This record gives sequence, structure tokens and C-alpha cells, in this order.
Amino acid sequence: MLLCFLKTEAQKAKWRGKANKMSIHTLPFKNIIRKPGRTVALMIIVFLMSFTLLAGTVAVSSLQSGLSSLETRLGADIIVLPDTTKSKTDLENIMFQGVPGCFYMDRSYLDQLSEVEGVEKITAQYYLASVSAGCCSMPVQIIGFDPETDFSVTPWIRQSYGKDLGKHDIVVGCNINKVVGGKLKFYGLECNIAAKLDETGTELDNAVYCNVDTIKDLISASKEKGLNELAQKDPDKIISSVLIKVKDGYGIDDVKDYINIYVRHVEAVGTKSMISGIAESLSGAADMIKVLIAAVWIFIFVLLFVVFSAMINERKKEFAVYRVIGISRAMLAKTLLMEAAILSLIGALAGCIFAALFMTAFGTVIEQQLGLPFLMPDIGTISLYGLIAAAAAAVIGSVSAFYAAFKLSRVDTGLILREGN
Amino acid sequence: MILKAEAVTKKYFRKSADKNYFYAVNETDFTLEGGKLTEIIGRSGSGKTTFLNMLAGLLSPSSGKVLLDGEDIYSLNDKKLSALRNQKIGVVPQGQTGLDSLTVLENVKLPYILYSKNDDADEKAKELLEKVGIADLADSYPKELSGGEVRRLAIARALMNSPEVILADEPTGDLDDENTEIVLKLLRKTADDGAAVLIVTHEAEAKQYADSLYRMNTGKLIQVEGVKLA
Repeated sequence: MLLCFLKTEAQKAKWRGKANKMSIHTLPFKNIIRKPGRTVALMIIVFLMSFTLLAGTVAVSSLQSGLSSLETRLGADIIVLPDTTKSKTDLENIMFQGVPGCFYMDRSYLDQLSEVEGVEKITAQYYLASVSAGCCSMPVQIIGFDPETDFSVTPWIRQSYGKDLGKHDIVVGCNINKVVGGKLKFYGLECNIAAKLDETGTELDNAVYCNVDTIKDLISASKEKGLNELAQKDPDKIISSVLIKVKDGYGIDDVKDYINIYVRHVEAVGTKSMISGIAESLSGAADMIKVLIAAVWIFIFVLLFVVFSAMINERKKEFAVYRVIGISRAMLAKTLLMEAAILSLIGALAGCIFAALFMTAFGTVIEQQLGLPFLMPDIGTISLYGLIAAAAAAVIGSVSAFYAAFKLSRVDTGLILREGN
Repeated sequence: MILKAEAVTKKYFRKSADKNYFYAVNETDFTLEGGKLTEIIGRSGSGKTTFLNMLAGLLSPSSGKVLLDGEDIYSLNDKKLSALRNQKIGVVPQGQTGLDSLTVLENVKLPYILYSKNDDADEKAKELLEKVGIADLADSYPKELSGGEVRRLAIARALMNSPEVILADEPTGDLDDENTEIVLKLLRKTADDGAAVLIVTHEAEAKQYADSLYRMNTGKLIQVEGVKLA
């Protein structure tokens, strides 16, 4: 095929000469190229090995990063909610299921809670769910925060937007399919998209964020349209939740228990315990994937040994001929090792590239199917995992071939020749 | 050049028989001299191939020595023995021994390139293919060749490094009369040029080209007297 690109006959002849040049080092390549069926079959086995390892590792890592990202994004040690079953379920739905929701309590709780000993930082959040009606561009979770006290959303926004949010400015999660500078309408109120947030791999990527002034306007607008029966009070007097960061030296559980005992009509939930359920599911899913990777590897490892042993057994006569013409055991082993290493390396690299593409293309689908936070590692980390997976698969492939060749090289060539006749 | 076997024995163990071992070759002495063509005949299973493989350094004897110009070849390590075989001993193994992933020309060149950094053996390889009558098949693969053509390929390959010893196991098996004559004349010519040539066969078709004839019988080598030799 390359010959098509060469213009003169002299160039073609020169290239042919180089391609046909023969040495002990070109033998493995000739064996690979001229036995395409055998080559492809072996490559597929190593391909499966590296594909499973990389795809599985990326999946486990994404689940772990997703959980860690969720912890970081919550930013608080304790979340205080209205003391109703519905509010806790709604919060879990917002955080883990991506189901928009809202609940409210009196703002006076914020002042009460700030008096609790051990509270280092405290801020209120406001939740509003837009609806799929003409007044709203799309149904999403809207989260309002107070820029003056917030320690949860602001650090995240700062990663992509350096200014303060103005009135009716919003910041959208990375999964919201809108560009910066565009507009979104909620309850008839048009909001400007000031920035798009970095991915967290959680349902928070599907939410919209705004400051306290904007959310109050939006809550008022939802009330005016009769679409928010929960917010019957004055928006200035309600909040949805209170986020608390506990001072060093104080136990999170102690502060949480104090609130649950002494502050009535609210429930304090430790964020760690809130995500412990999801952490258990995640741990279960990660363990399952790890077991699957191990099972596939053991299976393929055994398969490779069997295949290479069978292949080398089938090529016994060929190796005996090499020995007859004067190739030493070491040279023969080196040639076979090189052949297996080339095959294994190509198969392993192909498996890794395909796994990286697969995980990138279907990461969102996997996230939806698992229903767990799923944050893919960056390209550098995936490349590093890929290199490790490729090296591991290539080494296993080569070792399998080498072991079989080593066993065969211990047998007298004369006996092999005698067997073959 | 002299290749000598001194009381070489090859004993194989077998669990199923009453006696738990048998002798494929039993305390055999033999001398192969340069410029001579020697033929060993014998029935199938008489130990001819085992004996040839021991002479070639491919099968270590249970006892006894194989000496090439006085040096016990089995005292050499594998690296040195392999290099010696490559340079000094040309072996034509029994059966189809073409390497399928190499062309006919590459098969013939292979012994040369194993220990050489240069790939300048095309001319010699082509010349050998010409001599064995398969020059037009240089770019074909062994699978595309007939049995006789593959056998001739193996002979050309064995001659590639101009070895001092040629050990040919059934070199004319499966060949028609015309090809048999070509091969035997070529081996005779090789002997005339100074090499020590040994042909092992179960038929005596080469005896008219041979300087001496031996018969292998249950692992023992006996010189056959009274035959008309070359």
C-alpha cells in the first residue's frame, strides 16, 4: 500500500529492498504478518484483557471520585432540614436522583442555629423546582445561596466564574445544555447564564444556582403563578436548609445531636451519614466490578497459557527446524518473546484505546444505569491507567508465551523431529 | 575434517514394557570423512534418525562421544553448539521442514542471517535454488510447494553456509526418479567439493553415489561389504 505513495521505480525498489531485508530481528515481524489468523486471535485475547482492566478501573475510579466530589460539593458537616419525612426524602432526591424538589422552614431557625456551640460557619440554602410548563425553559432544580455566608457553592462557582453574581444571573451545572451568555426562563422570569460549572459527576451537575436575591424573586414568581403551594410565606422569611461547618475540636455528631435535642421542628443530618447509604451502594458496585476484573483476568490468564502452549505445541516442528539450522535456545526464546511481546503490546494498546473511548462515550449511560455519582478521571489519569493496563496485559501475554517456549526449549530437538515423523 | 562417533548409545525409558528401557542406538562407532559420501540404510525404527540427530548435535547421547575434529561437541554449551551446527553442519531433516512464514528464498537464506549482520546472501541462495531446480519458486511459500520441492528447499538450506558436514535424513523420500537423481548428484558433488556427506535412508537408492555403505540394525551399525560403490 505504501508503494502507492512512492513516485519513482527506484524509490519503490529501494523500499522493497528494505522491507525484504532479513535478519534475526525481522523474524518475529514476518511470523506476525504472515500468519494473520493466529496474530488476530492472540491480539483479541490480550485486547479483552486490557479492555476489561482499563474500563473496570476507570469505572471504579469514577464511582469513588463521584462520591468524593459529592462530599466536597456539599462542603458542610451538617445539613439542617425541616423536621418532616418529606423534606429529607426531597433532599436525597435532589442530591442523588436528580428529581427537582423543594421544602421550606422559617428563617428564624438560622439565627437559632448560629448560636449553637461548635458552629464555625453557617449558611442558608433555598430550593425551588422549575416545572415543564410554558413559563419555564426546562424542569430543573434551582438552588439559591447567600453569597455573604456561603461556603458550599461559592468555591465551586469561583473555579469557573470570578465575579459576584448579579440579580437574575444564574450559574448552570455542566449537564445543562445551554451556553454561557444565553438565557433561561423560570416562572416567566428571564435569567442570564453567567457561567457553567465544572463537572462533579453528581446530580448537582443538573442544577441551576443563583444568589439569594434572585431565588427570592423566583419563589415569588412561582407563588404568583400558583405553582409553589409550599412557599406560602414571605420569601424573605423562609429558607430551605441550613448548612453548618463544625469548628475544629468539636465533634460533628455532638453538634448534630445537640441540634436534634434542643432545636425543635428541625432535623440535623450529618452529611457523611447522609451519603453513607450511597457509599455502601457504591462500595458494592465497585467491589462487584473489582471481582469481575479479577475473574476475567484469571480466566484470560489461564486462557493465554493454554492458547500459547497449544500454539507453541503446534509450532514444535517449526522451532525444531530453527534449532536444526543453528539457532540457540536463547535466540529462539528471544525471538518468540519478541513475537509475543509485539502481539501483546498491540492487542493491549488497542484494548486500552477502545476502553477509553467506550468509557468516554458511555460514561453518562453507565452513571444513569448505576444511579450513583460518577466522575470520570481526567485524560491524564486515564492515560496513566491505560499505560499500566497495557503494560500489565503485554507482560502477562509475553510471560505466557515465554513460559511455553521455555518448556519446549528444554526438550531435545532430535526428539521433536522424531515425534513429527 | 572428521566427524567421529565413539561408542554412542541412546537409551530410552518406557514404563509400559517389561524391560523399562530400550536402546535406539547401542555403543556405535562411526567415522565420517571429508570428501566422502556415506550412506546408512536400515528399516524404519532401526535407529538411523536417532543416530543422525546425535551426530548433528541435536540429541544428546546417553553415553559415548561425538567428536568433530577431535572436539566433543556435547561438551560445548548450547550457544557454542548451535553456532557450530550453523557454521559446520548442514542438516536435512526428515519430512516437510519448510518454514511457512518465510518465502523459499528466505528459508534458504535463514542459516546465513542467523549469525550475520548483513543480508547479502541473495545471490548464493538463488544459486543454490538454481542447483536444486526450484529457482522459479524463490518468492513462493512452502505451503505452495509439492513435497519434493520442499525437500529440495531443505537441501539448499542445509548447503547455504557451505558446511563441512552434511547430514541428510531421507533426502530423497517422496521424490520421483528425476528429482532423486538431481538431489543425489548434488550431494555427491558436495562431497566431491570436500564436504563429509552422510545420507540416512531406508532404501539403498543412493548406494551408487556412496563411497561407503552401512546398515543400521536394532541400534547397531554394520558396514556392508561387497556392494558396488561409487
